[in-house]
Amino acid sequence: MLQLSKMKLLIIFGTCLLGVLFALPNVLDQKTIAKLPLFLQNTVNLGLELRGGSHIQLEVDLKSAHKDYLSHIKDEVRSTLRKEQIGYTDLKLVTKDKGNVTLTLLNSNDFAKAKKVIFKIDSYITIQDLSNGNLNITFKEDALEKRNKQIIEQSIEVVRRRVDESGTKEPNIQRQGEDRIIVQLPGVEDPAEVKRMIGKTAKLTFRLVDNNAQSVNATEDGKPMGVAPQGAEYLMTTDHKGNKYFIPVRKEVKLTGDQLVDARITEDPRSGQPAVSIQFDSKGTRAFAEISKNNVNRQFAMVLDDTVISAPVFNEPITGGNAQISGRFTYKEANELSVLLRAGSLPAPLKVVEESTVGPSLGADSIQHGKQGVGIAFVLVSIFMIMSYSLFGAIANIALTFNIILLFAGLSILQATLTLPGIAGIALTIGMAVDANVLIYERIKEELRTGVKVMVAIQAGYKRAMTTILDSNFTTLLGAAVLFEFGSGPIKGFAVTLALGILISLFTALSLTKLIIYLWVRNKKNLTTLPI
Amino acid sequence: MALQLVPHNTKIDFVGGRFITFCLAIFLAVLGTSGYFNGLNFGVDFKGGHVLEVHMDKEPDLTTLRENLNALNLGEVVIQEIGTPKDLMVKVELQDGDDSAQGNAIEKIKAVLGADQQYRKVATVGPKVGGEMVQNALKAVALALAAMLIYIAVRFEWQFAACAIVALAHDCLTLLALFSWAGLEFNETSVIAILITAGYSINDTIVIFDRIRENLRKFKKLELKDIINKSLNETLSRTMMTATTTLIALTALYFMAGPVISAFSFPIIIGITVGSFSSICLASPLLLYMHLPRGDSSSDTVEKSVNLS
Repeated sequence: MLQLSKMKLLIIFGTCLLGVLFALPNVLDQKTIAKLPLFLQNTVNLGLELRGGSHIQLEVDLKSAHKDYLSHIKDEVRSTLRKEQIGYTDLKLVTKDKGNVTLTLLNSNDFAKAKKVIFKIDSYITIQDLSNGNLNITFKEDALEKRNKQIIEQSIEVVRRRVDESGTKEPNIQRQGEDRIIVQLPGVEDPAEVKRMIGKTAKLTFRLVDNNAQSVNATEDGKPMGVAPQGAEYLMTTDHKGNKYFIPVRKEVKLTGDQLVDARITEDPRSGQPAVSIQFDSKGTRAFAEISKNNVNRQFAMVLDDTVISAPVFNEPITGGNAQISGRFTYKEANELSVLLRAGSLPAPLKVVEESTVGPSLGADSIQHGKQGVGIAFVLVSIFMIMSYSLFGAIANIALTFNIILLFAGLSILQATLTLPGIAGIALTIGMAVDANVLIYERIKEELRTGVKVMVAIQAGYKRAMTTILDSNFTTLLGAAVLFEFGSGPIKGFAVTLALGILISLFTALSLTKLIIYLWVRNKKNLTTLPI
Repeated sequence: MALQLVPHNTKIDFVGGRFITFCLAIFLAVLGTSGYFNGLNFGVDFKGGHVLEVHMDKEPDLTTLRENLNALNLGEVVIQEIGTPKDLMVKVELQDGDDSAQGNAIEKIKAVLGADQQYRKVATVGPKVGGEMVQNALKAVALALAAMLIYIAVRFEWQFAACAIVALAHDCLTLLALFSWAGLEFNETSVIAILITAGYSINDTIVIFDRIRENLRKFKKLELKDIINKSLNETLSRTMMTATTTLIALTALYFMAGPVISAFSFPIIIGITVGSFSSICLASPLLLYMHLPRGDSSSDTVEKSVNLS
């Protein structure tokens, strides 16, 4: 006779009970959920298309960051070689491919010395001697990868801080592929503002204004009328009346916005206009004091992303680490600038490559429709199963019910995101979850036809259907695993739902229905036929 | 008396009818291949562009709306009703220029439709992202199918895997034919629909192959043709039952689950039907040509019942 170990019973019923428990929060309202213990508060994560909100995909312009960095190296090489009095000519930045810096030494015997001093500039670079004193400076391969990774991570961090500052609730920011960042903003209906904030590089630098040149006006196509002296560049600014003109600014960066601890909106005491007050960290404070002491009565420029926003004169040394940026800001602009400065600058420019915004009503409609579809699918399949297998069909329906409950429990625990195709996936699971039971039932029927006893037929049915069930489900599971590994976005989500569905249907068919059938048979003595 | 979809002692000669079914399969495959050259109606996910879904407060005059939108000179503008006459979907190509040019295009469209309408969805996909999506999706699908086939080759024989490939290719081509010739929009969910079809079809094929393998061991003297027929008939009831439950669920989705899910379910309904067909009428009869190793045929080991303890 059949032996049902207590342990097995406990595990099966325990799993079902836990499933109900973990699936429950999905049908409760927020208030009730808040009263539950923390580990039970997880509900299925609705995708943006179901709950409404904005989805933005950004591309990190690694190439441009890379170019900037090489150009910085070029400047360093120039000043280092000058300091060491090594003669060179033809110092060039080549932007093709991965980019490199080339130069020719006037005296090729200087190679060893030049190499030694250049190496000291940056540990990421490597130098090749191309004979005749030609030097080629490139990034080390692994260093490049490491740097790219840093840039992406840093970009994500800055984006996260900016989004947090903008007051969006529960934003989701993550890396996607090689050089992308996905920003998901639930509930945001107009992403324009957030997008503008995210997209700004917001690199703040403090530099001296070049004394040897004059400010110039803009040409018709917005270029400066004149050429800046060596080591300086013309940067755009705006005067009181809103006219654009160019100021000659030294290229050398004295101080950057990275050395700020705070930036907040304030009021310019003289004009009463909104301004931004900044506070340097201790290192920045010392540096700022030094610069202001050495350059009293000289004009300096506060440059934000290649635009001079303010160019005051150092009237006296500033030792407190405080400064005020007073451009011609509106309140909104000043506020935005303070947010950007607090969040730090982006290491590379970002470009929006994809965005979509779903209004809350569409999401609610989709959920409503989805529930309707899934519910009707469930009812129809259940009726069909009972029509086909009578009592055994009803037992399969119990399994089907737990299938759905466990699926929701699994999705809640894994915090997987349910998308629109995911809802269809649930309905499909309903159709396919009965497959394991169908396979078993058909086998039992076949065995019964050979004239064996009821109990023997059931056992043989399970035993023989087993290989088929395992083979067919394992194949699908394998497919789902590969999809999860290599797919992206909705395909990944679909893979999770699919894999969960398979595992759960295996459990319900091979444990739960089996148990119910055995319990039923045990209580019926002398069965000669089965209601199947 | 319970409902019986398929009587239990069918003796349909599937293998004998293989020339008819092969012809049908080849016809569908040709239709799919030519569909590939005919081109697919790629959705914005794949080719890039703008999509707006808007709920109008009153029924719009589509002709005027179309004229006004065309007057914006944004390239080809597609307007479609989704579900009700008040719900519209407007699609525009990507504009030349930078991010702001894209934003401007959306603003212009909104101005024509009316700024205070209920915009339910606004999306922009860059061309590069779209191209990558196609590539990534196809790569993932190809790898998943390859993994499944390797598993079949290991668990069965390579011949079984070869037949499964043919059936799979047939299913995918048939869906391609559907998307191309019926002009259904091909987007990221379409890839998932193809995946579901492929997964279902391979599952179905394995159940039958499993029975063929079992019968090959059991009846060593029986001709391969008869073994295939016997296995197909024995599993026919299960094949039909599972296909029916799945189709019932999908049909419920098609009619009840709103326009988006409905559009998604349609190709799967076709796919499940085609997948069942190819498992029975293509993958299995093809085994006949594969020179399956039969082992020792001196005796039939007829198992009456399994050993039970």
